[in-house]
Amino acid sequence: MLLPLAALVARGFGGGLDAFWRAVTAPDAKSALFFTIGASVVVVLVNAVFGTLVAWVLVRDQFRGKAAVNAIIDLPFALPTIVAGLTLLALYGPRGPLGIDVAYTRIAVLLALAFVTLPFVVRAVQPVLMEVDRDMEDAAASLGARSSTVFRRIVLPNLMPAILAGGGLALARCLGEFGSVVLISGNIPNKTEVSSVFISKQIEGDNLTGAAAVSVALLLLSLVMLLAVGAIQARRARRGK
Amino acid sequence: MSIIVEGVSKAFGDFQALDDVSLEVPDGSLTALLGPSGSGKSTLLRVIAGLEEPDSGAVLISGEDATRLPVRRRGVGFVFQHYAAFKHMTVRDNVAFGLKVRRRQRAEIRARVDELLALVHLEGFADRYPAQLSGGQRQRMALARALAVEPRVLLLDEPFGALDANVRAELRAWLRRLHDEVHVTTIFVTHDQEEAMDVAEQVVVLNHARVEQIGSPREVYEHPQSEFVMRFVGPVTEIGDGLVRPHDIDLRLDPDDGGLEAMIERVVHLGFEVRVELTLASDRRLWAQLTRARATELELEPGQIVWVRPDRSPSSAADGEGSAARPGVGIAGELGD
Amino acid sequence: MGSRLSLRGLALGYLTVLLVFPLGMVGYRTFEHGLNAAWNAATTPDAVHAFWLTLLMVAVAVPLNTIFGVGAALLIARREFRGKALFNAAVDIPFAVSPVVVGLALILAYGQPGWFGKDLAGAGIQVIFNPLGMIIASIFISLPFVVRETVPVLREIGTEQEQAAATLGARSWQTFWRITLPAIRWGVAYGVILTTARVLGEFGAVSVVSGKLVGKTETLPLHVQTAFEDFNLAGAYSAAFVLALMAFVAVLSMQLLKGRETA
Repeated sequence: MLLPLAALVARGFGGGLDAFWRAVTAPDAKSALFFTIGASVVVVLVNAVFGTLVAWVLVRDQFRGKAAVNAIIDLPFALPTIVAGLTLLALYGPRGPLGIDVAYTRIAVLLALAFVTLPFVVRAVQPVLMEVDRDMEDAAASLGARSSTVFRRIVLPNLMPAILAGGGLALARCLGEFGSVVLISGNIPNKTEVSSVFISKQIEGDNLTGAAAVSVALLLLSLVMLLAVGAIQARRARRGK
Repeated sequence: MSIIVEGVSKAFGDFQALDDVSLEVPDGSLTALLGPSGSGKSTLLRVIAGLEEPDSGAVLISGEDATRLPVRRRGVGFVFQHYAAFKHMTVRDNVAFGLKVRRRQRAEIRARVDELLALVHLEGFADRYPAQLSGGQRQRMALARALAVEPRVLLLDEPFGALDANVRAELRAWLRRLHDEVHVTTIFVTHDQEEAMDVAEQVVVLNHARVEQIGSPREVYEHPQSEFVMRFVGPVTEIGDGLVRPHDIDLRLDPDDGGLEAMIERVVHLGFEVRVELTLASDRRLWAQLTRARATELELEPGQIVWVRPDRSPSSAADGEGSAARPGVGIAGELGD
Repeated sequence: MGSRLSLRGLALGYLTVLLVFPLGMVGYRTFEHGLNAAWNAATTPDAVHAFWLTLLMVAVAVPLNTIFGVGAALLIARREFRGKALFNAAVDIPFAVSPVVVGLALILAYGQPGWFGKDLAGAGIQVIFNPLGMIIASIFISLPFVVRETVPVLREIGTEQEQAAATLGARSWQTFWRITLPAIRWGVAYGVILTTARVLGEFGAVSVVSGKLVGKTETLPLHVQTAFEDFNLAGAYSAAFVLALMAFVAVLSMQLLKGRETA
C-alpha cells in the first residue's frame, strides 16, 4: 500500500521542488485546486448544520418511518459514486422532472459532494447525542434557560467534537471525490473542474508528472485533515468522553 | 496443592503493583487477599494464575516452579470479577468449554457438566444464555466453569463484588460449604474485611504493593502488626496518639477507676449496639461501641461527663515489632493532662 | 411542539431533495420504457461482462481484506509494538486519498512507466489495464473498513473472556475461533458489507487503472459512465439501477446487523 504512494510522491517531486510548484500552480491546476477546496468547505459547512439537524431529529424526535429514514442515511456510503452522479443528473439535469437544470454548473458539484458526504456528520453526531445526559439539559432548563439557549450552551458544546470529526472526514472525502462529480459537473476547466477530474484528464493525456504533482498536493491536504480529526479525537479521549 | 510466592515484583509503567511479595498458601486452604483498591491484590492473583508475568520473583505450584508456565498449563481455575461469561454460549457450553478444548468425549463432558450444574444449583438453567441469568447465577456458572477442568487451584477475583448485599452473604456461606466439599486450594481477592474474616482460614493483608501481615482472621484482627492493618480490618478510634477498637472502650460514671474525662456528645442506638460519641478534655473526639445492655445500665445522656478507659490495653495494637504508628503509645501523656 | 415539527420537516426535506427524489428518478428512468426495454438494456453482452467482472473483484478483494482487516484489528486492539501509532494511522490512508490518486499511484508503481513496470512486464505480469490492477486498486481503496469496524468491538468486549478461555486450557487459536471471532462477528460482518459496497461501486481508482477497455476491463460502475457518454441512457440507467439495488441490499443488511449487535 505504501509502495505505490511512495512512487507517487517520488514522481511528484521528480523534477525538483520548482517543477512541482509550477505544475501545481499552472492556471488550470490552480483553479481546479481552489475550486475543490472552496466547494469542499462550503459543502462541509452545509452538511455540518444539516447533518447535526438530521441526527437531532433521528435521536430526539419520534415519528412513523423513522427507522427507514435512519436506514437511508447510509445509502450514500453504499451507493456507487457514479450512480450517485447519474442519480442527481436524472433529477437536477436537463430533462429533469422538476424543471431545475443545474447540470454542468458549480451548483451541481456542490450537490454531488453534499450527497456523498451526507452520512459523515450524521453518523458521527448520532451516537454522541444519544449519550448526552438529558439531566444536564433539564438542569439548564430548571435554571431558567430557554430551549434555544440550552441547545447552544449545553448540547452544542458536547456535540462539537463529533461534528468536527465527522466534518473532517467529510472534508477529506470531498477533496478527493471523483465518481459522483464526473458526470454532472461537465468538467469544464476553470469552472466546474475539480482536482481529481483534472488529475484524471492529465493521466489520459499522458502527463503523469503533472498529475502526480497535483495528486501530492491533494494528498497532503487530505492527510492534514485526517491528522486534525485524529487530534480532535485524541483530545476528546483525554477529556474522558 | 500448595502455592508459594517468592519475592514477586511487578510494575505497570511507573506504577509499582507488587513489591517483593512473598507468601505461602497451604494445600487445601482457603485464603483471602485483602486490601484496598490499588494495593496489588488482584495483580498478585493474576500473577499466580499466569495472566500477568512478574518482573522478578517466582511462583511455585505444589513445589514446581510455574513462573514461566503459560496460563493454560497451570491447572488453575480463575473466576473473574465480572464473570467473563462467554456471552454467545449457553450455560452448558460455558461450563463445558474447558473440557471441549481438551477434546474430552461428549458423553463424559455431558455427565461432568450435569454434575457441576447440580453442585452450583443451576440444573434448570443449562440452556439459558448468560444474559438471561441473575448476577448470582452468573457467578455460580463462572465457578462451575472454573471447576470443570478440575483445577489444582481455584482463584477468585472479587467474587462477590458485583452482587447485592443479601446475595453476597448467601454466596459467601455457599462458597465456604463448597470449599469443604471440594477441598481445592482456594485464593480469593476482596476489599471487604468482613468478607475475608467470614470466609477465609488465612488472610493476607496487602497495602501499597506489599504484604502487611499474614495470619488467621483472628490474629489479624486481634494482633495487627501495623497501624494500617489495625485500621483496615476493623473499626478504630483514637485515644491520644493510640488506636483502640471502639468496642474495647469502657465508660465509667465515676473517676475512681481511672481513665480520661470526656463529655458525651451523642448517643446513637444501632440495634444491638450503641454508639457513643465523646469529646475529651483536650477537645479530641472519639467514639465507643457499647452493648445495649451496658448502655442501658449506664443511662447515658448527651452532655453527661464520663470516664473513658480502654478495656484491653491499647498497646495490643502494637504487637508488631516497632511499627511506625505505635498505636496506644500516647495514652500515658493524655492521662497526665 | 411547532418548532419540533418544523425541525423534522427541515431535516426530512433535506433528505428528500438530496436522497429520495434522485433515487426514485433512476428507478423511473430505468423502467420508463417498460420492463422489457430495461431488461434488454441491462443484459447487453458488455453489461453482463461488466457485471461478472465486478463480482469477480468482490470475490477476490473482500475475503482478502476481511482476513487482513481482522488481523490488523487484533494487532491494533490487542498487541503493543513499536510503530503501532504509525500503523494505526497508515490503515486510514485510503480514506484520505482520492481514488484517482490511488489509481495514479498504482500506475506509477506497477505500470509501464512505473518503478516495477519493466520487471513485471518481463515476468509476463500485466497489472495496469488489467483486472489484476483493478483488484489491487479495490483492495487498496476498501482496506480500512473491516479494521475500523472491528477495532472498537474488540476494545469493547475486552480481554476477560479471552483470558478466561486461556485459564480453562484453550490454545490461542482455540480462543480465537471459539471466543474472539464469535464475539466480534457482527462487527466484522458490518465491515465486510461496507467493503463489499465499496468494491462494487469503486469508480475513480478502477477507472484510472483499467484503461476502460470495453468488454475486458469494464466494471459495472465504469459501464454506467461509458454508456452515458455514448448517449446510451437506457444502458446507463439500467446498470445504475442494478448497482443501486445492490447498495440497497447492503444498507438493509447493515440495518439488520445493527439490530443484532444491540440485541
